[in-house]
Amino acid sequence: MSETITHNQMEHIHTEHVHRDDFGAKIGMWLFLFTELLLFGGLFLLYMAYRLQYSHEFHIGARELNIGIGTFNTIILLTSSMTMALSIAAMQRSRKGLSLFLLASTIALAFGFLVNKFFEWSAKFGHGLYPGSETLLGKPRGEYLFYGMYYAMTGLHAIHVIIGMIILTFMFVFIVRNSITSTNYIKLENSGLYWHLVDLIWIFLFPLFYLMR
Amino acid sequence: MSENTGTMPYISFLHAESKHKGIFKWILSTDHKRIGIMYMMGMLGFLLVGITFGFLMKLEMLTPGKTLMDAQTYNALFTLHGVIMIFLFIIPGLSAVFGNFMLPIQIGARDVAFPRLNLLSWWLYVIGGILAISSLFLQGGPIDTGWTFYVPYSLRTGTNVSLPLFAAFILGFSSILTGINFVTTVHRLRAPGMDFFKMPLFVWAVYSTAWIQVIATPVIGITIILVIVERIFSLGIFDPALGGDPLLFQHLFWIYSHPAVYIMILPAMGAVSEIIPTFAKRTIFGYKAIAYSSLAIAFIGYFVWAHHMFTSGISDTSRFIFSLLTFLVAIPSGVKVFNWVATLYKGSITPGVPLLFVMMFIFLFSIGGLTGLVLGSLATDVHLTDTYFVVAHFHYVMFGGTVMIFFASLHYWLPKMFGRMYNEKVARWSVGLIFVGFNMLYFTMFILGYEGQPRRYWDYLPQFQTLHVISTVGSWILISGILLMIGNLHRGMKRGPLAGNNPWGGKTLEWTIPSPPPVHNFDEIPVITHGPYNYGDEEVK
Ligand code: HEM
Ligand SMILES: [Cu+2]
Repeated sequence: MSETITHNQMEHIHTEHVHRDDFGAKIGMWLFLFTELLLFGGLFLLYMAYRLQYSHEFHIGARELNIGIGTFNTIILLTSSMTMALSIAAMQRSRKGLSLFLLASTIALAFGFLVNKFFEWSAKFGHGLYPGSETLLGKPRGEYLFYGMYYAMTGLHAIHVIIGMIILTFMFVFIVRNSITSTNYIKLENSGLYWHLVDLIWIFLFPLFYLMR
Repeated sequence: MSENTGTMPYISFLHAESKHKGIFKWILSTDHKRIGIMYMMGMLGFLLVGITFGFLMKLEMLTPGKTLMDAQTYNALFTLHGVIMIFLFIIPGLSAVFGNFMLPIQIGARDVAFPRLNLLSWWLYVIGGILAISSLFLQGGPIDTGWTFYVPYSLRTGTNVSLPLFAAFILGFSSILTGINFVTTVHRLRAPGMDFFKMPLFVWAVYSTAWIQVIATPVIGITIILVIVERIFSLGIFDPALGGDPLLFQHLFWIYSHPAVYIMILPAMGAVSEIIPTFAKRTIFGYKAIAYSSLAIAFIGYFVWAHHMFTSGISDTSRFIFSLLTFLVAIPSGVKVFNWVATLYKGSITPGVPLLFVMMFIFLFSIGGLTGLVLGSLATDVHLTDTYFVVAHFHYVMFGGTVMIFFASLHYWLPKMFGRMYNEKVARWSVGLIFVGFNMLYFTMFILGYEGQPRRYWDYLPQFQTLHVISTVGSWILISGILLMIGNLHRGMKRGPLAGNNPWGGKTLEWTIPSPPPVHNFDEIPVITHGPYNYGDEEVK
């Protein structure tokens, strides 16, 4: 987007009258994360309602999912959260190169997550397990819904991973251009918070879909 | 607190230059005052579109059977009327216009916490508006589900549902960003000495509203997205044919949309708490009670949503509980009304036009509130739900409540925003026309509904015609009143007499700076030593 223009504007305002308020920026970010949680909250509510209504079918549905890929992806995301946190720490200690490397690793791990997700979904599609398919329509309604919830929730999560990657890429550019520095790294910190949220949501999705069988 | 800087030359925000040219000076401006005015322009535009649709609907109802359109067109009209009025006009509402313009000034700040985010909110608002309107012209025809988008019909209809739904999602996003901005602004940018209980009540109201925007809106966001996805991929989540439960849609929809009525009304109540002390020249009675009642309304408002579902097939226990909780909301609302009236008591009242609108508000809103209790009781609701009684009720609260105060605020703050005054006499005429027209248009609907006229019908039994004709004529009077008012305001803003810094003798901070305000509001950030409405000195004299 217009990040470069806006950055200049920021400087411009900055010199004019607005003081930098890192704490305020953090309040804003936390409020935003809160709304993200509520966005997923609606889906968790639906999941709960249908799990209660169709508990048997949800059990059967969960058996079809591949725990191996799920676990692997969980490890990938947890690691990426760690590299993210380390990248901020490196920036605080003025180690720009290290910070960039760690940030790039985070993005790479996120990409790895998506690649896994892609193979997982394609395998499901290959077995005809997608909404509206003959196979699924032939199954009991509870199992149909299990897959409906599965695709809705992991799909929305995957979109968040993609958004996260875009944000982190911007941060990478900002660091390269020195607009994120060891004294002014609130953007990086806030992006980190966002990334942890993406991770956190997965931590809930994983047991709900893969482990509760 | 003297009227300083009045004669000193300064650059007003209206004339400030920036690096952009022409219209870009405005649509790329991050000045909260300009953004407030841009919201005002957008919202008044959409209001006029919405009113046009309302006018056409009432025209159709002049005679039984077909008068000028077929049933499908009527369906599209009430849907778009509802969508525009709700999502494009009344939800951004007073927060977006006067919250943006006045909140930073009233707390002694130079802008909101995130000015660029603020501009983004406005852009999202405009994009959402364009998407909603453009769905009118696309293949398949305009959406016909009603503004509530109930499944399964919204999954099955061939009309353009996804685009207006996506528009509503974007508008919700805009609303969330505004909410985040205002909460942070109030926490971070209050002038020195302005603790929470020295804030004007309008700020309290916008602050409570901002919290509701943040907490409630994501829920409708995900609901809307699910309907769109469901239409494309048939996930089954809301589709009874695939095992889903349509009632869950209704729950999620109203978990947002009931609190949304407080997003609509709270800022209006805040503005009332500004206008009354100014025109009664008295300190507001029960400052803390009013401030806390905003929070109480915001809180209880979360637990009443299922009163929209009394006839949808939920259990008797939940119906009983939700009915009871609904009655509880009346308490904090009553607290406010009594405090306002008590403020007026023994005040030295100037019946300026803003105060006239406030009086009209108290009258209309009380009718709306009391009929709300009729609908909140289970037995009567079964008879009245989905009739014109409901249509009358929500127009009395939303239109008679929020929109009247929107009009009041336009008159109250116009001299501050543009430095010029409207014509008092014309304004009084418009108040009169609006009052008469409004009651003709909607009071008849209470009777019609009670007698059995269902809502969202383009046709009716011949015995209802007399009342329908009165109602339709009322719509003409009301609309002429509104047009007269807008014309008068427009003229005042362009060519009215200069208003001076403080035409009403207001005490809050916006009245201490020049009109129209300078770009950075305050040369020096004020230090606050007393509450917002200290008319004490005058009272002693
Ligand atoms: C001159 C102004 C207005 C007129 C003539 C008007 C008229 C109407 C009419 C005739 C209906 C449909 C009744 C039915 O058949 O069910 C309606 C529905 C509605 N109106 Fe208005 N109205 C006006 C202003 C407003 C305002 C200011 C608001 C909100 C701020 C509003 C919100 C609504 C809503 C939400 C609906 C329900 C739509 C639905 O059923 O989905 N109206 N109005
Ligand atoms: Cu409600």
